[in-house]
Amino acid sequence: MTIVKMPQLGESVTEGTIIQWFKQPGDAVKLDEPLCEIETEKVTAELPSEFEGTMGRILVPQGETVEVGVPLCEIEVAGAAATAPAAALPAAPATAAPARWSGGPMAIPPEEPPVVLPVAATAAVTSAAPVAAAPKSPRTNPEDRSRYYSPAVMRLATERGIDLSQVTGSGIGGRITRKDVEAFIPATPAAAPMAPAAAVGAAASGTGAAYQVVALSPTRKTIAEHLTRSNVEAPQAWTMVECDVTGLVARRTREKERFEQQEGFSLTLLPYFTAAVCETLRDYPMLNARWEGGELRHYTALNVAIAVATETGLVTPVVRDAGDLSVFGLAKRFDDLTRRAHARKLRIEDIDGGTFTVNNTGSFGSIASKPIVNVPQVAIVTMERAVKRPVVMANDAIAVRSMMNVCLSFDHRALDGFEAGGFLAALKRRLEAIE
Amino acid sequence: MTATRTSRRARSQETIDEYLLSEQQLADMYYYMLLARRLNERMLALNRQGRAPFVIAGAGQEAAQVGAAMALKRGTDYLAPYYRDLGMMLVFGMTAREAMLNLLAKRDDWNSYGRQMPSHWGSPDRKIVTQSSVVTTQFVHAAGIALAAKMKKDPIVVLTCCGEGSTSRGDFHEALNWAAIHQLPVIFFVQNNGYAISERNEKAMPVKHVADRKRAYDMQGAVCDGMDGIAVYQTVRPAVDQARNGGGPHLIEAKCYRLWAHSSDDDDSRYRPKKELEEWAKKDPIKLFRDRVESDGIFPREELDEIEARVEEEIREAAQWALMQPDPAPEDALGFVYKEL
Amino acid sequence: MALMTVIEAVRSTLDEALAEDDRVFILGEDVEAGGVFRATEGLKARYGERIIDSPLSESSIIGVSIGAAHYGLRPIAEIQFADFIHAGFDQLCSEASRWSYRTRGDAWLPMVVRTPWGGGVHGGQHHSQSIEAFYSHMPGIKVVAPAFPADYRSLLKAAIADPNPVLFLEHKRTYRLIRQEMDGAPAETRIGRARITRRGNDLTIFAYGLMLHESLVAAETLSGEGIEATVVDLLTLNPIDHETILEAAKATGKVLIVHEDVLTGGLGGEIAAIIAEHAFEYLDAPIRRVAGPDIPAMPFHHAMEDFFMPNRDKIATAARELAAY
Repeated sequence: MTIVKMPQLGESVTEGTIIQWFKQPGDAVKLDEPLCEIETEKVTAELPSEFEGTMGRILVPQGETVEVGVPLCEIEVAGAAATAPAAALPAAPATAAPARWSGGPMAIPPEEPPVVLPVAATAAVTSAAPVAAAPKSPRTNPEDRSRYYSPAVMRLATERGIDLSQVTGSGIGGRITRKDVEAFIPATPAAAPMAPAAAVGAAASGTGAAYQVVALSPTRKTIAEHLTRSNVEAPQAWTMVECDVTGLVARRTREKERFEQQEGFSLTLLPYFTAAVCETLRDYPMLNARWEGGELRHYTALNVAIAVATETGLVTPVVRDAGDLSVFGLAKRFDDLTRRAHARKLRIEDIDGGTFTVNNTGSFGSIASKPIVNVPQVAIVTMERAVKRPVVMANDAIAVRSMMNVCLSFDHRALDGFEAGGFLAALKRRLEAIE
Repeated sequence: MTATRTSRRARSQETIDEYLLSEQQLADMYYYMLLARRLNERMLALNRQGRAPFVIAGAGQEAAQVGAAMALKRGTDYLAPYYRDLGMMLVFGMTAREAMLNLLAKRDDWNSYGRQMPSHWGSPDRKIVTQSSVVTTQFVHAAGIALAAKMKKDPIVVLTCCGEGSTSRGDFHEALNWAAIHQLPVIFFVQNNGYAISERNEKAMPVKHVADRKRAYDMQGAVCDGMDGIAVYQTVRPAVDQARNGGGPHLIEAKCYRLWAHSSDDDDSRYRPKKELEEWAKKDPIKLFRDRVESDGIFPREELDEIEARVEEEIREAAQWALMQPDPAPEDALGFVYKEL
Repeated sequence: MALMTVIEAVRSTLDEALAEDDRVFILGEDVEAGGVFRATEGLKARYGERIIDSPLSESSIIGVSIGAAHYGLRPIAEIQFADFIHAGFDQLCSEASRWSYRTRGDAWLPMVVRTPWGGGVHGGQHHSQSIEAFYSHMPGIKVVAPAFPADYRSLLKAAIADPNPVLFLEHKRTYRLIRQEMDGAPAETRIGRARITRRGNDLTIFAYGLMLHESLVAAETLSGEGIEATVVDLLTLNPIDHETILEAAKATGKVLIVHEDVLTGGLGGEIAAIIAEHAFEYLDAPIRRVAGPDIPAMPFHHAMEDFFMPNRDKIATAARELAAY
């Protein structure tokens, strides 16, 4: 039996409806004799038989709509062995591809079903998989490329003070790739101090020069440019609230020990604080935003950047979807990012796409600070040091409480004091409610 | 600025039957034709002095241009001109000073602010459609404007111009086709000046008259004497009125003559018989007009002289003024690539 | 809104634009009967005189649109196949593109020229072409080529609202091939912006139209092999989004540009130049292009057509080589 399929009737058509069968099982069928009538979005047409023989079973009843390529009926081809799917037409050359000329000259071949793309697929952000075994190079015996350095490799090696002769290349011909450099950990960390100290030029000849010109590391330059841009572009306002975090401090003390035993690193106030920030941001989405390309974009994702001071300069790695993480989850992400920041092993995606920044200025002992907005974000909040102070309580009694200042700088183009103040007040309520 | 100001006596606004124009309109016609010619002369002088880069003139076509433009309602009707149409531009409100700004590609030339060659007209405020050097593209724009106006039921007419050489382009035929199919209020006004640069009519068209093409589009049309401003007006005015009242498009050919070379960069002695030029110069539209109104006793000679003197003074002042106007800054080359609203 | 194909996205957007603004009208060949791709089906019955069958004359379709836009209407011209638009090249490039420029913004043209482009439909040399490079070379015309139905809607709306001539390219192969759940789908509303559709750390693929879909399928295949690709949907080809191109190129240092258009003079060259000029120090491999071969146009027979068309397999092969480099 030979199968007759729904043809492509007209350009870009994907389905058709059987209006009427002209042949019934058992009927003789001549070449080019109409088998049935088909209606599509574009045309209505008879389907002439490609085969000569006897009509077999009808597989799609009258009135039904099926996609292009779906079997419609069977035909027992005259003179063909019953078991062999014989070709009725003159045999095509053995090398010919399966016939693809269905429909008119402009028809779209039905070799694949319509692609339905769910939103998730189109918006998906695929996180970088760990460098799995890269497929073998398609070339055989590639020449040795271990000393070919791409611009990206040269730049990264310079920035990080890496001696490329110590890096093993995973690229074609042993070439050192960008990812090889990023993953490289120097064998002797003691040799680390690099760019800032290393590159020093004398400002004046001879001894006793009044100053020395310090060559700027790329990181330093980036920080300088970025913060200058922030100050030039964004009119910034600053505000501060004082929070009673006695409950928070007590909570952290309670949970600290168990956490440290389990995880092997210490639990600070920062994850608690950040969790409270995330919850508050949900009510104040105007602070979870970026001012880019001349427009204000409120983000649905909560990607919180944290400021990390490293030897080579300030970096702000990002915890993606921070609002979805628990306090402990945040603690782990902070630990991971901080470690990698210090090891200069952050990847582009680790520092990209932040929508709000938290700065733990309290770690330096600061009790008040004026952060600079991490543009294009529109707001940055600091967690200052929690200090014990005598405080007048609601009943006018004086008590010793753990007090913490929280400072906020914001881009006044994007929002006003009304929202900023509201946010801080709400954050304060959250922090003070922790027990 | 019209001839009114130069007049010592009040001129009648009443239509003189024989002319279909009033005394005032006749005075205006003379003023505009003369202003166009004298401007072109002054422009060419500036070019020869090395002070103006390029002149493309309408000498010999003033009657066609002024006669046709005066048949339109200024402020209401649209003009999609071509580069020789200085006379039309003057009727549509461009002053001598502004014409000089355009010639010198000065910063404040509202035609193109120095971005196009001189005589590439355009001003939305004055309902003059911006044009390029690519000939006859404006015919299609005129059809589009007329289509839009018809859809909005606005009682306007669009008049668009080209030379006979341009009628060989597809745009000419495509525009006529559109306008005829949709019966659009467009006057296709062809100034047949005898030459497309060096090519004579017979190299450009197998028909005797451009207006013969009307038959292919089942369109109304006419041939008129383009050296006679009054005849041009008398041909175009009824067509404009008809088109405004839903009568559809017209193809009008004004037979005129290019008295000068194609442009300041062209040497017409290479291809134009001197004899031919001399013959046509006798029919100079300005001379023709002056002789007629004078011999008909419409204006005394002194009054025409007075208009002439006024024009001379206007142009002298305009050139002096325009030369001192600021040029565009180099970086004015940038900007307005995209319109931002 | 639910599931929508590309053609439904185009049709519904035209319908809405006509309903919302009576300055909007449509002109083109066969548009009264619904157009050969059915993009204007049903609109004649609803909008009458505002759906206008044109003579078979591309230059005048564009020229008349220029006049109407100049007069203040919002024409949407349909050129039946992009392959035939070149008859209107003069009107688009000598006139429309510089209307604002040559008047310093005194005049402008709020007009859209829609046209189906691209191959893989057995259209042969004159129903398969990629024309974007010719017109993207012309400052003053915006050229938009979406891939997903949601972007077709949002960007066609933006094109109609834009005060400049916009050439809106609709990949005819995708008209009924690509469906998308419209609710909550990302939709770019601004002409001039590309979108990073997928993020991966190993290489960056730039594509548009049908090739964007092929690139996304290739990226999924590669993901199964441990190669993660960033895929950028360019969306607007002129003016092109330098910022996103550089961001995405810098992220991986390995760049693959995919287009159906022939290699030489294709947009890939421009994108490569932008990256080489502004992100040289981030490059970790030579920039690669997968494009149509340098022959005048797509041949008709399916075997030769397949040979011409870039596809998921060719993209994946080039991507593997690039990842391994």
